[in-house]
Amino acid sequence: MFENLFPNVDWTAMWEATKETLYMTAVSTFLTFVIGLVLGVLLFLSGPGQLWSNKIVNTITGAIVNLFRSIPFIILIILLIPFTQFIIGTVRGPNAALPALIIGAAPFYGRMVLIALQEIDKGVIEAAKSMGAKTRTIIFKVLLAESMPALISGITVTSIALVGYTAMAGIIGAGGLGTLAYLDGFQRNRADVTLMATILILIVVFIIQFIGDLAVKKMDKR
Amino acid sequence: MIHLTDITKRFGEGPDSISAVDNVTLEIADGEIFGIIGYSGAGKSTLIRLLNGLEMPTSGHVTIGGRKISAIKGKELREARQKVSMIFQHFNLLWSRTVKENIMFPLEIAGVRKADRERKAAELIDLVGLSGRENAYPSELSGGQKQRVGIARALANDPEVLLCDEATSALDPETTDSILNLLTEINERLGLTIVLITHEMHVIRKICHRVAVMEAGKVVEIGDVLKVFQEPQESITKRFVSQITEPVEAKQAIEHLKEEIPSGTLIKLVFVGERTEQPVLASLIREFTIDVNIVQGNITHTHGGAYGTLILQLVGDAEVIGKAIQYLNEKDVRTEVISNV
Repeated sequence: MFENLFPNVDWTAMWEATKETLYMTAVSTFLTFVIGLVLGVLLFLSGPGQLWSNKIVNTITGAIVNLFRSIPFIILIILLIPFTQFIIGTVRGPNAALPALIIGAAPFYGRMVLIALQEIDKGVIEAAKSMGAKTRTIIFKVLLAESMPALISGITVTSIALVGYTAMAGIIGAGGLGTLAYLDGFQRNRADVTLMATILILIVVFIIQFIGDLAVKKMDKR
Repeated sequence: MIHLTDITKRFGEGPDSISAVDNVTLEIADGEIFGIIGYSGAGKSTLIRLLNGLEMPTSGHVTIGGRKISAIKGKELREARQKVSMIFQHFNLLWSRTVKENIMFPLEIAGVRKADRERKAAELIDLVGLSGRENAYPSELSGGQKQRVGIARALANDPEVLLCDEATSALDPETTDSILNLLTEINERLGLTIVLITHEMHVIRKICHRVAVMEAGKVVEIGDVLKVFQEPQESITKRFVSQITEPVEAKQAIEHLKEEIPSGTLIKLVFVGERTEQPVLASLIREFTIDVNIVQGNITHTHGGAYGTLILQLVGDAEVIGKAIQYLNEKDVRTEVISNV
């Protein structure tokens, strides 16, 4: 039946493309999570009245985050071509998409981390200080632990945005379902390939959302 | 135990700066429950935060148990804080941790081994009366239970001093009393010095040995609780004392009486210690031919003894009333004429 509905779909290529999309999403989500946390925590702690209160660091970090958050992703990919070439050694294939994906998403997630940390009751941080906690303990055991549900729902949203970004990166040859839909589907006028690629992307998005929601529900004890 | 010497804390710079604490010198003895009362903005919150170095004084020194809190920082200050712990108005528990995990948090900070953390937490859960709730999350607890967790957490590293920052202000009266009883018990059982700040005279009355009254950053009055209740010197202290001795209903009753029976003399009697147990009123009525209306009365029990007030309306011949008042004074009862119609 599938063969009739999707006569032009090459299932092996489709599966390879799905794996590439999953690979790009997984790696970029992981690195976005780490870099975004660092940016968010730095923004938070350097803010006025916080543990590392430092106007210069705060302003510079804030400016970088805002700058990269504001560049449209498709333009960012093009701007980053020399950088990608330098780091990855090529501008084609899934790995070549990673720098743009991470640089596009990490500042966005960093803002989400900042908002999540600002939601934490100041009194809890004060309580940890009054017990003699080190800054490192406060970061890991108070800030991150207490905002974990918000951090997870934030990374879920970011990860879904990244799935979209991988498809966009596909247009310039990153591989994955985006490339497949564009080259094989659109340019060769095979609507069924485009449709199948869309369906697979939707499934990936739904699975990410499901896992994210489940994790938040399990973690939120408020 | 605790010495504050010429403490001033200013916020801000230059002419715009505000003195939150203004030249305060205090001594708090070992094992004492010391209360600091004041309205919001009086500087008591800042003062208590100077005791564990959450705020550093602009000038002056804070010494606790021989350690100069106001002069240390970094690791030394963090270690000192483990011996000067704190509980809060809004409990400030980590909601992501269970009761037991919250209590183990300060032990993790102090680097205590896991088995010892478990043992200590179990002991403390028992001490504060939360057995059976160790695996509950804070969101599943009532306000009073949350404060019990806060107290257990504060006791985890065997502190010498417990600071209470409006610890009962978010609780209902009954829960407040149970928490105050727990604090008294801890003070007696563990010999812990307790410093608390509050705006409720009830808290001072119920558990404190000594009290300092703060206004605009200064300590305006200080002394044994009973003494302050008997003879409040400053007008702000009188206002705090009247929170307990002159409830709103009494004032209404006086107003009402003045309208109903616009004659006679309203007097307030103050009894202290054993005077509260003598039948002064009965003998007054027997000795003098006057009518006596009881408007309002109460007895307040403080740590240092009982203290009672009685508001009476005396109706009769002015001369006889004068003699009656003199009689009361001879009986060592302090009187105060409120109105003379």
